[in-house]
Amino acid sequence: MRREPPQRFPDYGPLMFPAAMLVVFFVIPFATMIAVSFFERQQGGFYEPAFVFDNYGRFLSLFFGKVLAFSLFLAMAVAAACVTIGVPFTYLLSRSSRGTQIRWLVVLLSILSLSEVMIGFAWSTLLSRTAGITNLFAMLGLMDAQALTPSFGAVMTAMTYQALPYTVLVLYPALVRLDPTLTEAARTLGASPVRAFFTVIVPALRNTILATLIMVFIFALGSYLLPQLLGRPQHWTLSVLITDQAIYQSNMPFAAAMAVFLVLVSLSLVGLAVYAGRQKEAA
Amino acid sequence: MILLRRLFFFAVGLFLALPLIVVAGVSINEKQTLAFPPQGFSLAWYGEIFLNDDWRNALFASLTLAALSAALALLVALPLAWFLWRRIAPWANIFQLLGIAPFTLPPVITALGLLTFWATSGFYGQPWTAVISHAIFFVTLPLVTLSLGFSAIDRSLVEAAATMGADDQTIFRTVVLPLILPYMVSGYAFAFVLSLNEYIVAYMTVGFTMETLPIKIFNALRYGYTPTMASVTVLFLVIAALVFGLIARFGDLPKLLGAMGEDR
Repeated sequence: MRREPPQRFPDYGPLMFPAAMLVVFFVIPFATMIAVSFFERQQGGFYEPAFVFDNYGRFLSLFFGKVLAFSLFLAMAVAAACVTIGVPFTYLLSRSSRGTQIRWLVVLLSILSLSEVMIGFAWSTLLSRTAGITNLFAMLGLMDAQALTPSFGAVMTAMTYQALPYTVLVLYPALVRLDPTLTEAARTLGASPVRAFFTVIVPALRNTILATLIMVFIFALGSYLLPQLLGRPQHWTLSVLITDQAIYQSNMPFAAAMAVFLVLVSLSLVGLAVYAGRQKEAA
Repeated sequence: MILLRRLFFFAVGLFLALPLIVVAGVSINEKQTLAFPPQGFSLAWYGEIFLNDDWRNALFASLTLAALSAALALLVALPLAWFLWRRIAPWANIFQLLGIAPFTLPPVITALGLLTFWATSGFYGQPWTAVISHAIFFVTLPLVTLSLGFSAIDRSLVEAAATMGADDQTIFRTVVLPLILPYMVSGYAFAFVLSLNEYIVAYMTVGFTMETLPIKIFNALRYGYTPTMASVTVLFLVIAALVFGLIARFGDLPKLLGAMGEDR
């Protein structure tokens, strides 16, 4: 059937329900949140309509600056770690047999879909004193059993764990389509496999890697439970702070303002990622 | 090179498996202790999920929520994907963008937006608000798999049906639907598994009136530890592996994931 522009009103029929659902339950909530970010907070967790910038003004505090800087730093570190492991891993995976690929994809999808609560619980167990990995080292006589949480290392490791499957799945399509003759040529000319990887594959994928870095960065920015479960209060991120303000401090306007801010950061980064992706096609 | 690859795969596999091995070990402890290697052997903590009222209710809530919200997500995605494939209407792509947005942004944003919305409209805390919230949050998944399914349909097939006098409805029912059914199933399955595990949106919309399993685990973590958390984690991991394994068995998983990456 040829695609044709809708002509009569009934042609629009199929669009009605999805459009209504998305507008009512995504666009309007989004707009509500933006509106609330300008509202005035009342005593006792209520808020009333107003148009004030106070909630945004609170961003200028040292405390907020610290949380923001830490969130960005943490997300960047996680993205860097994931891409460093993910690129060679996905490259090798894309060159494996179909059966191996499918098995790994099932494993990665299963871990990716695992609840953040469960990942946090699993890591807090692995890093605990009584059931943790230090028991293994203690058995070998390397050190005494001890708790490794809460700590920055624990937050960082668990977030890398959470984001690594995502990284591999984002990289996978680009790497599968990568022209295999590229490496073959490099190998024929005498480059070792490792050398070929760094001098041919990585440069060819420069923009894909950049786009992936940004996507993983946004993904890590959204982590809200792991810093809470595995870190100290100074390891809290913007996402944790938003939840905390909305639920426990009952300060919806301030939480909404921070969320709007997070949207702006994320959207500009998505724009950047899309731009980086386009560059690849042009090259 | 092959050795290097094996070694690297093994290292990544170990990193991914280690916390899960410990959780699986902890889940078979005989007493209510957090010990690894496990002391004694007992499957009682798996029985606890179904025998203890609190855990069973949470499991039931999670399964109901996931089944309903994935169905609603599919109902939103199917007509949209069909329209975008059938018609030339570039402006309608905005709805595709809206469908993908909640999944791309940090989840806390969608969660907070829905919280303010349900609070303002006065429905805050009603169980059905979680169904709609999850459906919107995960509509991306069926939307992406269905777009892929439609793009794989040979248009001449549909053209033939149209030439023979079939109208849109008949074509949809007899030609299109059978061809995209596998994509509907995988889209539903993806949304189902992710909804089962989702925490923040569920917590912000119905966290104080209803306990899904992830919410239950988080609440329980604050008061200490029980091996049931470990057995639930293992159960969820098995469900996910089973669902994705089935998709891989009956569908083309590499192709599905290739398209998903492309759309981002």
